[in-house]
Amino acid sequence: MEIQILELQYAIDTFYFLVMGALVMWMAAGFSMLEAGLVRSKNTAEILTKNIGLFAIACTMYMVYGYDLMYGGGVLLSGISGQGETYSNASDFYFQVVFVATSMSIVSGAVAERMKLFSFFAFALIFTTIIYPLEGSWTWGGASVFGLYSLSDFGFYDFAGSGIVHMAGAAAALAGVLLLGPRKGKYDEAGNSKPILGANLPLATLGTFILWMGWFGFNGGSVLAMASKESADAVAMVFVNTNAAAAGGVIAALLFAKIWFGKADLTMALNGALAGLVAITAGPDTPSALVATLIGAVGGVIVVLSIVWFDRKLRIDDPVGAISVHGVVGLWGLLAVPLTNSDVTFSAQLIGALTIFVWVFIASGLVWYALKSIIGIRVSAEEEDDGVDLTECGLEAYPEFVNE
Amino acid sequence: MKMVTAIIQPKRLDSVRQALSEINVTGVTATEVKGFGRQKGHTELYRGAEFIVEFLPKVKIEIAITKEQLDEVIESITSACKINGGKIGDGKIFVSNLDQVVRIRTGESGPEAL
Repeated sequence: MEIQILELQYAIDTFYFLVMGALVMWMAAGFSMLEAGLVRSKNTAEILTKNIGLFAIACTMYMVYGYDLMYGGGVLLSGISGQGETYSNASDFYFQVVFVATSMSIVSGAVAERMKLFSFFAFALIFTTIIYPLEGSWTWGGASVFGLYSLSDFGFYDFAGSGIVHMAGAAAALAGVLLLGPRKGKYDEAGNSKPILGANLPLATLGTFILWMGWFGFNGGSVLAMASKESADAVAMVFVNTNAAAAGGVIAALLFAKIWFGKADLTMALNGALAGLVAITAGPDTPSALVATLIGAVGGVIVVLSIVWFDRKLRIDDPVGAISVHGVVGLWGLLAVPLTNSDVTFSAQLIGALTIFVWVFIASGLVWYALKSIIGIRVSAEEEDDGVDLTECGLEAYPEFVNE
Repeated sequence: MKMVTAIIQPKRLDSVRQALSEINVTGVTATEVKGFGRQKGHTELYRGAEFIVEFLPKVKIEIAITKEQLDEVIESITSACKINGGKIGDGKIFVSNLDQVVRIRTGESGPEAL
C-alpha cells in the first residue's frame, strides 16, 4: 500500500511537471504573436521564422550539451534514463528545456527588423549551448562560478528565473542591440526618437495573454512538486501571486501612462502585464496576494519609465521593449525577494544579479562581435527598407494586397 | 499651373516629402496603389515554389504647383527616389496641365489657391 502511494506521488509529480512544461512551451507562441504584432508588416514573416527557428535550436542544443552543463544530465541526455527521486528524470529535462527557449525568445524581439536571420540563429546556438546553461549551473545547478565563489553560499534566491532566465535574455539582447544599432529612421539627425508603430495590436495583445497563461507553468511548475498537501498549497499560492502581479502591473502601467502621456497606451499596458509577471518570478512563493500585486505594480511603473529612458535618453532601439521588461524589471524582481523572504538578503541578490549580468553581457557581446566581424549581423540599408520578409524569407506575411 | 503625378517606391515617400517641403511645395496627396511596369513584378517564394507577384505596391503622389516650380519639383522627386544610380522600379513622373484650382474655405482660385 505504501509503495503504491509513493508511486502515485511519483506519477502525479511527473504529470504535473510535464503539463507545466507544456504551458511554458506555449509561451513561445506568446512571444511570437507579441513580436509579430509590434513590428511593421514588412518584417512579420521573418520574426515568426526567427521565433520558431530559435525554439527548435534551443531544444536541440540543450539536449545535446546545455542540460549536461547546467545539471550534469549527460551529453545527449545519456544520464537521464531510469527513474528520478520524486519525478521522472526525463520530465525534468522537458521542463528545463522550455526555459532556455524562453530566455532566447527575449533576444529576438529586441533585435527585430534589422538583424540577419542566420546570424541570429548562430547566436542562438551558442547562447543555448553554453551562455545560458553556464549561468544556470551557477544558480539552479549549484556549481561554483569559475571555481571562485558559490552563489548558494550567499543565499542567492531566484525562484523561477527573474534573473536566471529573463535578465539573462535581456543582457544578451542588450549586447546585441549595442553592436547592431537602431533601426533605420528610428532617430533623426538631431537624435530625436521617432516612433515606429507596430503593425498589429490585436496580435500583440493575444501574445501577451498567451504569455500570461504560460507563466502559470513557468512559476507554478517551479514549485517542482504537486503530490503532497504542502506542495499543492505552495502551487496554489504561486498561481494566485503570479496572476496578482500581472494584474498589478497592468493597472500601474495603464494609470502611469494615462497620467504621463494623457492617453491609455495599450502597448504600455501590455508591457505592464509582462513586467508584473517578470517582477514576481523571482519570489512568487512568499508574498501575500496584495504584496504580489504591489510588486507587480512597481514593475509596471518601472517598465514605462525604462522604455522611455532607453528610447529617448540612451537611444537604444528595442522594438518590443524586451530589455526593459525582462532586464530592468528582472533586476527589480530579484531585489524584491528580500521584502517578503527573510532568508534572503539584498546583497546576495545584488551579487547574483551582477554575476549573471556580467557573464551573459560579456560572453554575448563577444559572440555578437565575432559574428559581426565574420558574417555580419545587420542587413543592408536597402534590404531594411524593403523589409526582411522579402530579403530574408522571400515572402510576405500579408500578401493579399498584391496577389488578389 | 501643373499637376505632377509620380509613382514611387513606398519606402521613398518620407524622403520625397522632406525634399518637397524644402522647396516650399505646400501640399502633397499620397495614395497607396499597386501596379507594374516594364519589369512586370518580381518573384517570391512560397513552400519552395517561386511565383510571380504581378502587381507591386507603390505610392502615387499628386502635387499641384505653378509652372515656374515644375523643374525644381521634378528634380527634387528624382533625386529623392534615385539612390545609388537608380534601379528598375524607382518609378515615373507624369506632368499634366491643371486648368483650375479652388480653395474651398475662401473661394480663392488660380495660383493663389495652391
